[in-house]
Amino acid sequence: MKQVKVYGPGCKRCETTAQMVRDAAAKLGLDADVEKVTDPKEIAMAGVLSTPGISIDGKLVHAGGLPDEAKLEGWLKA
Amino acid sequence: MLDDISTAGDRGSLLTRAGKPGPAMLIVATVIGLALWWTVYSWLIPFSEAVTSLFPVERHSHTGEAIAFFFYDVPKVLMLLTLIVFAMGVIRSWFSPEKTRALLAGKREGVGNVLSACLGILTPFCSCSAVPLFIGFVSAGVPLGVTFSFLIAAPMVNEVALILLVGLVGWNVALTYLFFGLGVAIVAGWVIGKLKLEGWLQDWVRDIHSGANAPADFSGETLTMSDRYKLGYEAVREILSKVWVWIILGIGLGALIHGYVPENLMVDIMGADAWWSVPVAVVMGVPLYTNAAGVIPIVEALLGKGAALGTVLAFMMSVIALSMPEMLILRQVLTLRLIAVFIAVVSCGILAVGFLFNAIF
Repeated sequence: MKQVKVYGPGCKRCETTAQMVRDAAAKLGLDADVEKVTDPKEIAMAGVLSTPGISIDGKLVHAGGLPDEAKLEGWLKA
Repeated sequence: MLDDISTAGDRGSLLTRAGKPGPAMLIVATVIGLALWWTVYSWLIPFSEAVTSLFPVERHSHTGEAIAFFFYDVPKVLMLLTLIVFAMGVIRSWFSPEKTRALLAGKREGVGNVLSACLGILTPFCSCSAVPLFIGFVSAGVPLGVTFSFLIAAPMVNEVALILLVGLVGWNVALTYLFFGLGVAIVAGWVIGKLKLEGWLQDWVRDIHSGANAPADFSGETLTMSDRYKLGYEAVREILSKVWVWIILGIGLGALIHGYVPENLMVDIMGADAWWSVPVAVVMGVPLYTNAAGVIPIVEALLGKGAALGTVLAFMMSVIALSMPEMLILRQVLTLRLIAVFIAVVSCGILAVGFLFNAIF
């Protein structure tokens, strides 16, 4: 079970990112728990400088803009 | 129909087989893209004349002029935006917020403010990231005033504002806006730094600032050239989908005003002799919230009808730099007192620009 967090205050790009993560996990047949983090303090403390950010099992892998689909699958598989 | 499907399929398999395009392919694509762009751009005048001639109006009447103006300006501005936003999207991929922070960390005030305001133009920034960015900067040892220079410059001086100014008003006004927008960001940030207001941050931010509670470290991803091109493409898609309505509305409004509103309508209200017009413009700009695309057609209309340049620049800076939604976002990290100082200092800077321009020109 992968713990995935999507950091963002709730703008459209953050929603899209969360959906991309869910889609990629479904495509890979991975069991992933996708949580959206909207609290600015928590976002900042995770080390995210620009949203949306993605962390997988506690490790930040992406920050700023929509993730690249291929890279996203790579992070999820790792 | 069948043909369409089979070619689409071929293209799909070609792409998967080739994988990511290599550097040579990107260079070829860039050259072809630029050549196409230039060809289309150079046909815009004949295009607008051809469209205008389809309307049952006299070409040199007010209506004819307005139609020709509209069908020349809309595609022109959209094409300029596409090109520049793409280029900036690619260039920005080298200036991630993480790198900018590393460049600014520990910089002295003064030099730091100048560098910070300039990086504000180049670093990708969206106001929904203002809080994490603020925390990230402050926690890495970027001085408070230097952080403010960045936060003022990033939304105020951006390529969309500048391109629209070049396209609709003129490059001299665009350059003026660039220099004085940067000036306001540098000086306002420097002043806020000198006031030593670190104590007026929200408590949890102060803890981070003092190093008691550091956020996790993240240095960003590595990008290939084709990743960077993709970022450019995404920037174009995102920005154009947001601003095209404003551009059509704005240029439509501009076309109407060109033809129908008397030349000197604004001279009495917003001319250089009406000194009070500058503060009024700044105050009016705060509750008004729109992006650069929404405000520049208004700027064009005001300038065209006799409003003074300084007053109009002050209005534009106030609308973009001092906005209620951004204040609400910053409220999460700043106390009300600090927000009040921020608004006061930036307003003074904008007022100074307005008065200076009205006095000189």
